[in-house]
Amino acid sequence: MTPDDIRKAFLEELVSIAPDIDPDTLEGDEHLQDDLELDSMDILNLVTALHKRLGVSIAEEDYPRIETPDKAVAYLAQRLGG
Amino acid sequence: MGVFTMPSLGADMEAGTLVEWLVAPGDQVKRGDVVAVVETQKGAIEIEIFDEGEVARLDAAVGQKLPVGAPLALIRGAGETAAPAPEAAAEPEAAAPPAEAPEAVAPAAPVEVAKPAPEPAPAASAAFGGVIPASPAARHEARLRGIDLSAVAGSGPGGAVRLADLDRGRPRPAPPAADRGQMLAEMRKAIAAAMSKSKREIPHYYLFHKVDLQAATDWLAAANAQRGPEERLLMGALLLKATAVAAARSKAVNGHYADGFTPSKAVHAGFAVAMRGGGLIAPAIRDADRLSLDETMAAMRDVIARVRAGRLRSSELTDGTITVSSLGENGVGALAGIIYPPQVALVGFGAPAEEPAVVAGQVVPRTMITLSLAGDHRASDGRLGAKFLTDIETLLQDPEAL
Repeated sequence: MTPDDIRKAFLEELVSIAPDIDPDTLEGDEHLQDDLELDSMDILNLVTALHKRLGVSIAEEDYPRIETPDKAVAYLAQRLGG
Repeated sequence: MGVFTMPSLGADMEAGTLVEWLVAPGDQVKRGDVVAVVETQKGAIEIEIFDEGEVARLDAAVGQKLPVGAPLALIRGAGETAAPAPEAAAEPEAAAPPAEAPEAVAPAAPVEVAKPAPEPAPAASAAFGGVIPASPAARHEARLRGIDLSAVAGSGPGGAVRLADLDRGRPRPAPPAADRGQMLAEMRKAIAAAMSKSKREIPHYYLFHKVDLQAATDWLAAANAQRGPEERLLMGALLLKATAVAAARSKAVNGHYADGFTPSKAVHAGFAVAMRGGGLIAPAIRDADRLSLDETMAAMRDVIARVRAGRLRSSELTDGTITVSSLGENGVGALAGIIYPPQVALVGFGAPAEEPAVVAGQVVPRTMITLSLAGDHRASDGRLGAKFLTDIETLLQDPEAL
């Protein structure tokens, strides 16, 4: 998967959890909780969806590494590559 | 014969708009079956029936706005035979607006109104009878999966939705901004009315208690480290369960106040869920004191998903016996809640935070959380409320036992 594929997958799952987010205007450094107002259940649902879709199980201690779209793409690329 | 009427889904509901019938004349119904969907200030609500028998007649047409108490359908009880229903009475009402009907259906599906309709017949008949034609299997599955049948293009006879059609149906997109704005404005009105009533009528007292949440935090982190994302628990599940168990013991915080306080044996915990964009709704999780943590978590997931999709059940809005409001992990430290009438208590949890605490004479960092209780002085007093909060504290010190 290329980083673009990963970003697309991440954004699709994010929007399915928070349909009011517009992926076209979303900045890569927006914070899922502070800026996009996802709550802990949203984050868990996102992590669950990413697990299903990409096969990557993100441990709770790694949640800070997916706190923005840019960070999440880098983290997922690393997990998928390694 | 029983008359099934527009239910009151809260002290401040005056009317609702029928957006979907899930039964047709001749269908058998039993207590608890979801028979219709009604649009209210709190979104689309699945309406349950409390009669048992056969649907003899539908008296309301999809799209109609009806006051609380208005007849929606006639239910023939087991053993009753004759259908006294003067068909003429129902006919004109249902037949009147066939032209407008498709528009009237729109609120049910703020979605794909522009779905290609090769033959107008199915849509018209659907609106006319108030029932989206669908196979029983498709109807059942759609209900389980929270799919709106009206948003699915059916490939069966007469445009009926078949099981296979469901997988072609896409998840419903967010309502357009204008609808959404209006929906939030309506919800704000409902919240304002309920909270004004509460502040006008309920003599609130407030208690706050700071509790050491380290044991629960550590237990949860260890438990979740062993679990895949699908099985993980949230702290909210522990807080809800502990509150429900304590509420079952402290009877004077659990129940309804009408003409005097009626305690409830069962604990149906209203779980406050914030809506994205604003608004709040607190659907009840039934028998919350008797669910395991995994079951509590599953119930919370289910309720939140349905709050987001706008598909709560009527009993979930009316059955709550106490409310739990949690500010989440990144919120502020404490809240003073407003009781949701006719309930008599609301337990609030601030955001847990690591703080310097004194343990055995040493200052150490501990995860702390502030519990609060808004209690109704007509039902309990501060002494009982204090016991209730310290009970929750005790339960949270032994998370394994929850």
